[in-house]
Amino acid sequence: MPAPTLPIENPATSVVRPSDCAIEFENVSIAFDEKVVLNGISFRLEHGETKAVFGVAGSGKSTMLKLAIGLLRPDSGRIFVLGEEVTRMSEQELFQLRRRVGMVFQESALFDSLKVYENVAFRLMEEKIPAEEIEQRVREVLRFVELERTYDMFPSELSGGMRRRVAIARAIITQPEVLLYDSPTGGLDPVTSNTIVELIMKQRDVYKTSALLVTHRLQDAFTMATYQFDKATNQMVALPKGQYCEVAMSFLILRDGKVIFDGDAHQLATSRDEYIREYIS
Amino acid sequence: MALEFELISPIEVAKDFALAVQNYTVLSAQSVANFFRRPLYMADMVQQADLIGVGSLPIVVLTGLSVGALLALNSASTLQRFGGVSLIGQLVSLGMVTELGPLITGLMVAGRNASGMASELGSMIVTEQIDAMRALGTDPTKKLVTPRVGATAFMLFFLTIIADLLGLIGGYGVAHLIFGVDTQQYWTSVWQILVFRDVFTGLIKPVLFGFIISTVGCYYGMSTRGGTQGVGRSTTQAVVASSVLILVVDFFVTKLIFAFFGYR
Repeated sequence: MPAPTLPIENPATSVVRPSDCAIEFENVSIAFDEKVVLNGISFRLEHGETKAVFGVAGSGKSTMLKLAIGLLRPDSGRIFVLGEEVTRMSEQELFQLRRRVGMVFQESALFDSLKVYENVAFRLMEEKIPAEEIEQRVREVLRFVELERTYDMFPSELSGGMRRRVAIARAIITQPEVLLYDSPTGGLDPVTSNTIVELIMKQRDVYKTSALLVTHRLQDAFTMATYQFDKATNQMVALPKGQYCEVAMSFLILRDGKVIFDGDAHQLATSRDEYIREYIS
Repeated sequence: MALEFELISPIEVAKDFALAVQNYTVLSAQSVANFFRRPLYMADMVQQADLIGVGSLPIVVLTGLSVGALLALNSASTLQRFGGVSLIGQLVSLGMVTELGPLITGLMVAGRNASGMASELGSMIVTEQIDAMRALGTDPTKKLVTPRVGATAFMLFFLTIIADLLGLIGGYGVAHLIFGVDTQQYWTSVWQILVFRDVFTGLIKPVLFGFIISTVGCYYGMSTRGGTQGVGRSTTQAVVASSVLILVVDFFVTKLIFAFFGYR
């Protein structure tokens, strides 16, 4: 019989600290069987900041996002999200907190037996919001991701890029305070990837939502740092050379379960660490 | 190329088994506790009742008729030797209502629905849909497990009644058409042999079997690991485990009822 990992109730009362940052990891470690994936990592994501997370495959980037939203529990360390200590919350308490956080999964994770509008409206339906309001908000958010025509379609009828955009729509429909993107451009062609990056940028610059962006594509993060979304023209525009976007944009690099870099674009570009220089070259 | 065999420690196997039993118990307890916690997903429960109940009706009708007819056919050949063919109705009635009706219906529904639940939830696990549901602030045991448990226990109760009735009709067909038993004699003996204890036994079992089918199906689905191959494995294990568990529980429930009410 396989060993299942059903949600474990933790009766300990959660600790609330003033919400001075969106997410904070304090010496967080996690191992699967004998393999240590994250080994005492610490970092902060400020309100309104977007942090791009890099690392080779298997370096624990996705695990980090799942820890942040409480889908996994660390072996040691503490995690705070919007001032609440996720690591001490019970599964029932976490359901409340997760309503303030949006997550876009690596493979979209859309409910394949539900239509696009049901997927996007899932959270609103759970909150028993009137049907007319749900329809209006679903259409609005699908317009935001430029997929209003897919309203009545099933996820299986959509392309990979369209599914990612629907997943983004589902994550942002309640305007969460924090967004977690797990490789939103992974496996997509460059044109579709750009569309997704533009959407993430639009969410960042229009709604100023804090975000952790896990990605393999360095160019996506640099585009995020050197472009800004222009509401007037409804597209992203390049910033003058040497100037970075108004919204705080930072980078975090993981290696062998540790954070080896946490800083802004300028610090990254001028880093003397050989591994980092090789990574960004 | 040398083949390598990994020896598994019996302690590890015992630990895994104990963990599986613990997780199954937790999931089962949660699925029941959720009936008393809001929100209660009534629409999902009705949908599951339709899928499980109405969907299983054709196989229950066919197996009920066949088992009743077979029971009459086999018992009649023995009874004929002692000139007791008129007792067919009693044998079919007791056999169907107390034992074969609930058991056959339970096994049929286990084959059809425990596998369905395990594969559906297993696919949702491997495609991260369950994680997505948790990330959206919805408890998967409330939304997915509890409606299945409620719907299966509720519908199996009625499916068993239908199977019992059709078994009696099948038995009547054989008794009347092949062995020439009088219609009134058959149905009178069917009715007269049954006492409260028999009906109680026959109706408590499907509720327990429904609970076993749904919790085992959901448990294997929710604990699926290893992609599509894992889904296949979970599906098979769900059918095997629920069928074996039904047979074991059937024995103990029957024994318990005998101990409580006394033997006939």
